[in-house]
Amino acid sequence: MGRDLKNDRAPDISAELCGIRLDNPVIPASGTFGFGYEFSELYDINILGSFSFKGTTKEKRFGNPTPRIAECAEGMINAVGLQNPGVEDVLLHEIPKLKEVFKKPVMANISGFSVDEYAYTCQRLDAEEQIGWFEVNISCPNVHGGGMSFGTDPSAAAKVTSAVRKVTGKPVIVKLSPNVTDITEIAKACEAAGADGISLVNTLLGMRIDLKTKKPVIANRMGGFSGPAIKPVALRMVYQVYDAVKIPVVGMGGIRSAEDVLEFMMAGASAVEVGAANLVDPYACKKIIESLPGVMEKYNIKSLSEIVGIAHG
Amino acid sequence: MKDSILKIECNQKIAPDVYKMVLVGDVSAVDKPGQFIDIKLDGFYLRRPISVCDCEDGKLTVIYKTVGEGTEKMSTLSQGETLDVLVGLGNGYDTSKSGESPLLIGGGVGIPPLYFLCKRLISEGKKVSVILGFNKKEEIFLEDEFRKLTPRVYVTTADGSEGIRGFVTDAMKGLEYTYFYTCGPMPMFRAINRTATGSGQFSFEERMGCGFGACMGCSCKTVGGYKRICKDGPVLQREEILWEEI
Repeated sequence: MGRDLKNDRAPDISAELCGIRLDNPVIPASGTFGFGYEFSELYDINILGSFSFKGTTKEKRFGNPTPRIAECAEGMINAVGLQNPGVEDVLLHEIPKLKEVFKKPVMANISGFSVDEYAYTCQRLDAEEQIGWFEVNISCPNVHGGGMSFGTDPSAAAKVTSAVRKVTGKPVIVKLSPNVTDITEIAKACEAAGADGISLVNTLLGMRIDLKTKKPVIANRMGGFSGPAIKPVALRMVYQVYDAVKIPVVGMGGIRSAEDVLEFMMAGASAVEVGAANLVDPYACKKIIESLPGVMEKYNIKSLSEIVGIAHG
Repeated sequence: MKDSILKIECNQKIAPDVYKMVLVGDVSAVDKPGQFIDIKLDGFYLRRPISVCDCEDGKLTVIYKTVGEGTEKMSTLSQGETLDVLVGLGNGYDTSKSGESPLLIGGGVGIPPLYFLCKRLISEGKKVSVILGFNKKEEIFLEDEFRKLTPRVYVTTADGSEGIRGFVTDAMKGLEYTYFYTCGPMPMFRAINRTATGSGQFSFEERMGCGFGACMGCSCKTVGGYKRICKDGPVLQREEILWEEI
């Protein structure tokens, strides 16, 4: 019958990030997936491309007072404030548990309150073989004197990047804040300082006020706004950063469907992170991955690698 | 935890701003009283966590108060509509510690999870006493249902319009009990902590992101370190609660 095997082949959903192959581009974003094991009770998380584990700092942190969560139209605001057990506890308890449920390279998300703290945390985690990439969070809007203050100033961003760069041979991906005037400036500074990739966007600074109490809903007053409502902003910034740097871009911001994944990849993302969607539907990433081939067929896309940045030029 | 599509069998007002909803479907993931469900509502981004009031024979009952736009919307849903629900969340009450004659203390919309707990304790052969606290007579609900389970039901109203005038702690005076279980507002918890003898369990409420332990949105400090109200709670032991923090 002369079946054309080439055309019958299922769409290629694999991706590549800083030299590491991913079965698919879908990566649950840090802070929405813990260290993986809560979700592994629901489905085999090895179907994921990878995941970015809970933002880890040198010292243990409780984070901000509650309420930490507010709802908005098509989104949410969080002010968790980098709650985590600290890098030593992560090494001792969390990573061993993670290893039991996830067998692929994982993304280690790290944060700090000084350049030295970032470097220290990276160095402590570096020997863990399962860590494929470091994702350096210089964009947390919920902590004072750290986090976002590094991500809103090109020279501070560069200092953190080069300090982390010096202590690991693994790919360093810097996670950027959208709360800046020109994100391309920060991205270029990170690239020049030795970053292997850029991930964006972290949450947008936002707030809500309770009409009954006449006070902010969130105890910390403001928090990070995420969810489908921020997608156009995130997509625009991914598009801009793809144009500004040569290193790979990981796109995120409101992704909840395979269609959203394709849109971000067309804007220039080599892989994507899914955040808030995991909190609303714990099966969100699984559903996105499973529907990806069908949606690619619908738009006549044979391989994801062919669409990265295709919206440009 | 299980993601189930449940059908609304009924959704009716039982007191001012208080509604009872019965959901039918796969509710097998509920295994303890004190657990909660997390309901997805059209037009709202986050789910609504609501404690389980009863769960038997594939039917799950919740009683909720309309306190905002989400619960207002819930109150308009009709029989036959379906809901996407995460079922069987949270640790629930531990009945193994109750002793022979446990006391259940509920305040307002904190009362519903105690109904399922009361049934469970009675099925385990325990002599259960119940204190139900309300502001006024018109707000009373579930009293008749509790009276069908146990003769030892004490109702308090803050304005004295029914039962004992005052608060749940006024009804606690003179009662003997081996252990206590409670759910209600924070001022009531503090008062119970000042009044109660022996050990007990408190079921907490907090604004949640996910409801299943992923986001750290509802964390609290306890004697034993940080706990997530949704996953490690909502029920905490009296001894692990940092009373100066709440």
